[in-house]
Amino acid sequence: MTVTWQNLADGLLLGSVYALMAVGIGLVFGVLRLVNFAYGQLVMAGAFALALASQWGWPAWAGIALCFAVVLALSAAMEWVVFRPLRGHSPAVMLVATFAVAFLLQSIALLWFGSLGKIATSLTFLGRFWTISGVDIRKIAIVAVVVAAVCLLLLQVLLTRTEIGLHMRAASMDFSTARMLGVRANRVISFAVLISGALAAVVAVMLTVQTPLVTPDFALRDTIVVLAGVVVGGLNRPIPATLGGFAIGFASGVLGGALPTDQSQYLPTFVFVAVILVLLVRPRGLFDFSRTVERV
Amino acid sequence: MRRYHLDEVLGPVALVVVAALLGTLVSISTQTYFTDTLVKVSIVVALYVFIGNSGVLSFGHVSFVALGAWTAGVLTVPPSEKPAIMPNLAGFLQHRHVDNVESLVLAALVGGIAAFLVGIPLMRLSGLAAGIATFAVLEITHNLLQYQERIGPGLNAFSSVPETTGLRQATVGAVICVVVAFLYARSRFGRLLRATREDDAAARAVGASVYRQRLAAFTVSGFLAGLAGGLYVHLLPVQVNSVYLDLTFITLAMLVVGGATSLFGAVVGALAVSALDSWLSVAENGTSLFGWHIDLPAGSAEIVVGILMAAVLILRPSGLTGGRELRLRGVPWRAFVSRAQA
Repeated sequence: MTVTWQNLADGLLLGSVYALMAVGIGLVFGVLRLVNFAYGQLVMAGAFALALASQWGWPAWAGIALCFAVVLALSAAMEWVVFRPLRGHSPAVMLVATFAVAFLLQSIALLWFGSLGKIATSLTFLGRFWTISGVDIRKIAIVAVVVAAVCLLLLQVLLTRTEIGLHMRAASMDFSTARMLGVRANRVISFAVLISGALAAVVAVMLTVQTPLVTPDFALRDTIVVLAGVVVGGLNRPIPATLGGFAIGFASGVLGGALPTDQSQYLPTFVFVAVILVLLVRPRGLFDFSRTVERV
Repeated sequence: MRRYHLDEVLGPVALVVVAALLGTLVSISTQTYFTDTLVKVSIVVALYVFIGNSGVLSFGHVSFVALGAWTAGVLTVPPSEKPAIMPNLAGFLQHRHVDNVESLVLAALVGGIAAFLVGIPLMRLSGLAAGIATFAVLEITHNLLQYQERIGPGLNAFSSVPETTGLRQATVGAVICVVVAFLYARSRFGRLLRATREDDAAARAVGASVYRQRLAAFTVSGFLAGLAGGLYVHLLPVQVNSVYLDLTFITLAMLVVGGATSLFGAVVGALAVSALDSWLSVAENGTSLFGWHIDLPAGSAEIVVGILMAAVLILRPSGLTGGRELRLRGVPWRAFVSRAQA
C-alpha cells in the first residue's frame, strides 16, 4: 500500500465533510440528548434541491440558496413535529424515532424522484483538478477544508462569545439547571437544530460536488459512518465528536484510495471492527479526556 | 411457587394460528404474504427476547438472520446447481447437502453461536454505545457476506434453494419462537434480565450480573434469529441486501409499534404492521375496498409504515399493547381496553 498526496487530499476532503456532519449531529445531541439518524436525509434533501435547481437551469448561487432553504425548512419541521413531542424520552426511543423519520424521508424521495436519482451539475467546476507541483488535487478538496475550517471557527465564536452560545453550552451540560437559571428551552433547541440544518446544507453542497449523482440513499452510508465516528470520538462534547468524525472520514478517504480493490472492498469491515474495538476500550469516547462520569 | 400465566403464551400462539388459518382461505399468490408475515413474526420475537427483556437497543440482529439464511441456503442448494450460482464456494461446502429440517437446525445453531461470540465483547456496552456497536456488527456482516464468495453467493440471490417454507413450516417456526421466548422470559434468567432493565443498580445489589444475563438473552435471540433466517431463505431467494437495513428497519418498527417490552406486543406489532404493509403493497397494484377503487403509487407502503411508526413513537411510546402481556382474567385486560380506546 502506497499513500500518495492524492489519497491524502481525498482523506482531508472526506474528513472535513464528516467533521461538519459530526458537529451537526453533536450540537443537537448536546441540547436534546437525541441522536439524529435522519441527518443524512437532510443532506439528501439539500442535494435534491441542488439537482433540481441545476435541472431548471438556475445559477449556482440560486441553487445553493434553494438548498439552504429546503434543508432549514425541513429541519424546523423535524424539530416541530418529531423532536419536540419526543423530548425527554429515552435515547433509545428517540433513536428509533429518527430511524423511522430517515426511512420515511428516503421513501418519499424514492416516490418523488425514483431510484435512479438526478444529477446536480451546476457546481461541477469545483470537481476539476488543480495541479500543484505535479500533484492533481480536486478544487473541492481545498474548498472543503477551507469551508469546514471557517464553519468550525464561526461555530466556536458563536458558542463561546455570544449569549445564545452560552445558553447552548449551559443546556448541553445540564438542561434542567440551565432552564432554572433562565435559559429558554425552545429557543435554544430551535437554534441548535437550525444551525445543525445549516451545516447539513453545507455538507449537501460539498457532497454533490464530489458525487453529482443524487439518489434517495444519498448520504445514508455517510451518516452511518459519521454516527459511528461521533460515538467513537465522544458524543458528549463537541470537539471530541468533531475529531471523531474527522478521523473516521480521513481514515476512510485515505484507505479507500490507497488499498488495492480486493482489500478496499472490505473497508467497511476494517472501519467498523475498529469502531467496536474503540468502543470496548473507551466506551465514553476516544477523545473524551474529561473525568466526569454520569452518576446513577 | 412459580406461576405460569398460560394466557401469556396462548394469546400470541392463538394470533399466529389465526393468521395461518386466514392464510389457508386465500389464493396461493396472496398466501405468500401470510407466510412472509409469519417469518417476520419469528424475527420480531427474536428481537423481543433481547431488546424487550434487556431494554438495550440492537441494530445487529438482522446479521444473525442473514447468517441463518446463508447457512440454510448454502447447505440446501442442490450440489449440481452450486457451481452456477456460487462458483467460488469453498471446497468443503461444495458437496455438503442437508435436508430441510437439518438446515433449519443448523441455521439456528449458527445464529446462536455467532450471537454468543459477538455478545462476549459487546454485552459490556449499554445505551448508545451498544446501539452503535450492534450497528457495526450489521455493517461488518453485510460487507463480508457481500464479498466473501467462498461462503455464499455474494451479490447474487439464493436461487434454487428448495422453497419448503410454506404456510405450515412458517407457522411451526413462529410458534417455536413464541414458545421459546415465553419460556425464556418466565425463566430465572428472563426475570433477572428484566430486573436489570427496570433498575440496574438495584438488580446488581441483589446479585444479578447484567453482563451474563444480557449475554444469555443475546444468545437465545441469536438462535431464534438464525432459525428465522433459515425459514426466510426457504421462502424466497434471499439476496444480501434483503437482510440489511430495510429488514432491520421494518422489524424494529414492528417491535416498537406493538410494544417492545412484551411478547404479546411483539406478535401484535409484527402482525399489524405486516397486514398494513401487505395490504398497501397489494393496493400499489390496484385493489378495491368497500367498493372504492384504490390504486396507490409504488413506494407508498414504506411511507405509510414510516409515518405510522413515527406516530406511534410520538403518541404512544410504549406501543399498541402498552408493552403488557395479554391477561384474560383480572384488571390488566380492562386497563388495556380502556387505554386502547383513549
